[in-house]
Amino acid sequence: MREVPLASARVSEPILEVRNLVKHYPNVTAVDGLSLAVPEGVCFGLLGPNGAGKTTTIEIMEGILDATSGEVRYRGAPLDQRFREEAGILFQKTALQDFLTVRQSITLFRGLYTRGLDVDEVIRLCALEKLENRDNRKLSGGQQQRLLLAIALVNDPSVLFLDEPTTGLDPQARRNFWELIQSIKARKKSIILTTHYMEEAELLCDEIAIVDRGRIIAQGTPRRLLQEHFEEVMLELPRKDFPDSARNLPLRIIDVAERVEISTADLDATLRILIDAHVPLAHLRIRPANLEDLFLELTGKELRA
Amino acid sequence: MIKRLAAVWHARNLEFVRDRRTMIFSLLMPIALVLGMSFVFGGKERPLFKVGVIATVIDKQANPFLHERYVEFVPIADQSTGIRKVTHQQIDLLLDLHGTPRYWVNTDSPKGYIVEKLLLGAANGAQRQQVTGEAVRYVDYLFPGILGMNMMFSCLFGVGYVVLRYRKSGFLKRLHATPLTAFEFLTAQVLSRLGLILFVTTVLYVGIGTVIHFHRAGSGLLIILIAVLGALSMVAMGLTVAARFSSEEVVGGILNLLTWPMMLLSGVWYSLEGSPEWVQWVAGIFPLTHVLAAARAVMIDGAGVAEISSHLIYLAATALVFLALGAWSFKWRYD
Repeated sequence: MREVPLASARVSEPILEVRNLVKHYPNVTAVDGLSLAVPEGVCFGLLGPNGAGKTTTIEIMEGILDATSGEVRYRGAPLDQRFREEAGILFQKTALQDFLTVRQSITLFRGLYTRGLDVDEVIRLCALEKLENRDNRKLSGGQQQRLLLAIALVNDPSVLFLDEPTTGLDPQARRNFWELIQSIKARKKSIILTTHYMEEAELLCDEIAIVDRGRIIAQGTPRRLLQEHFEEVMLELPRKDFPDSARNLPLRIIDVAERVEISTADLDATLRILIDAHVPLAHLRIRPANLEDLFLELTGKELRA
Repeated sequence: MIKRLAAVWHARNLEFVRDRRTMIFSLLMPIALVLGMSFVFGGKERPLFKVGVIATVIDKQANPFLHERYVEFVPIADQSTGIRKVTHQQIDLLLDLHGTPRYWVNTDSPKGYIVEKLLLGAANGAQRQQVTGEAVRYVDYLFPGILGMNMMFSCLFGVGYVVLRYRKSGFLKRLHATPLTAFEFLTAQVLSRLGLILFVTTVLYVGIGTVIHFHRAGSGLLIILIAVLGALSMVAMGLTVAARFSSEEVVGGILNLLTWPMMLLSGVWYSLEGSPEWVQWVAGIFPLTHVLAAARAVMIDGAGVAEISSHLIYLAATALVFLALGAWSFKWRYD
């Protein structure tokens, strides 16, 4: 594994900066000397497998968990009351007060901030108009996430933390949620997003950091990272179509679940080798490398392992 | 700060009012208890005469009257306590055997009339002292105890479990991510619960008072002040218990550990007079003991602020101490 330098130097001061963050639990080091800087107005993605330390990292950045050592700075200063007033947070898992409607839940949180958006505006922004009088316990998963996003937006935050916001949602609800986040991005908000959905990261994030074992192992824009690490394209074949004899061919072969992937910079030559070896190509799929391939390349793991 | 506190207070009130089952239980339980007790104890008098004797230990040889059958003789520490008890017909006659025997009898009491005849038959020459006063029934004694006990359960379990539920569900963690402070959150919970307890207690006080016509000698405002300080002290105690723990078993265990001794030793059901000194010392620690002692002093004896000031000061001080302790040890997260 190799260390990757921090994000490219920027002229403006980052809205959030993390320096040498360490978090020890008994027998576990969840975060191990992690540093990063989040520029203002970008969507910054923290990617990694379960247990990589990304939720611990984001919770320390949110100011609700204490680090063992290291520091987090918001607009150049340690986290303080100003940060709490200007940060919006959507936790991975949270519950609201029972017996309150959608509107009352939003109103409660609006009352906790000195400034923010009008409750009606937040309801409109998160498409909750038809649900505003419904008990918050009677919402579907996607509706619940929209309400939690509305609560995170109620103070018109400068920086918005979204910790695995679409985990557990069905594909349609997930796409609807992505559209919402894109509309928030359009308002030039700084967003820090953790996810293990690569499609989500590629669609929403301007910059990403891949975290593994509490450390950043790669950081940059998705395009730049892919360019840096891949000149190749990926060939995918069902494992059942790939004979054992073909494993000795001079190719970069990776086993992924029920398929075999071959990474190559010379597509013509690779195809000739496979044809000569009589490998069935009826179900062959060719695609460019993506962030999941990047993660496999860097760590040798599947992201959702 | 006030805006944040008001937002949390308002939301908690909405939650309570809409949680109908909890609301109904809070009202029905004490009503059922008081009516049941009124039915059992309100009408029939026990067939035993009770005579107070001013003495630490009663010497049966001191007077032939002390050998009378069907009369229970109880030691009374001092004359004023004894006279008060005769006035409220908590005893049928008070006897002082120091020097020339003297006795106090309530002319409004039929049992006092009979037991006086027994006394004069056995110890002729005793000097008669007369008092008058309406009888205090057991239900009159019990009524403040039931209100106090309901208040205690509502304060401790109502608040303790609510905070625990908030912590376990992650709602507290979400609040922690806002500018809200632990002190603001706890104060909002205290005020919300205080309002509800005062409402419920007032409904019970007025409603049950109409049914059983209980005895009330003192100021209604003073009773409200006792209720406010008592509720503040016990709500703050409940918050202190719930401030740190995440386990229902632990919180439930601690709350039971507090409520059962309070229920048994604070004088809800009977007076602690005559019980061992250490029991009275332990009882003196509990806020409920002070609530009940003050409430009964006002309701039965018509006591004023000065006479119950030590109880009021104790309740106010414990409220502040528990609230400060709760805010200091408060934990937002569920581990």
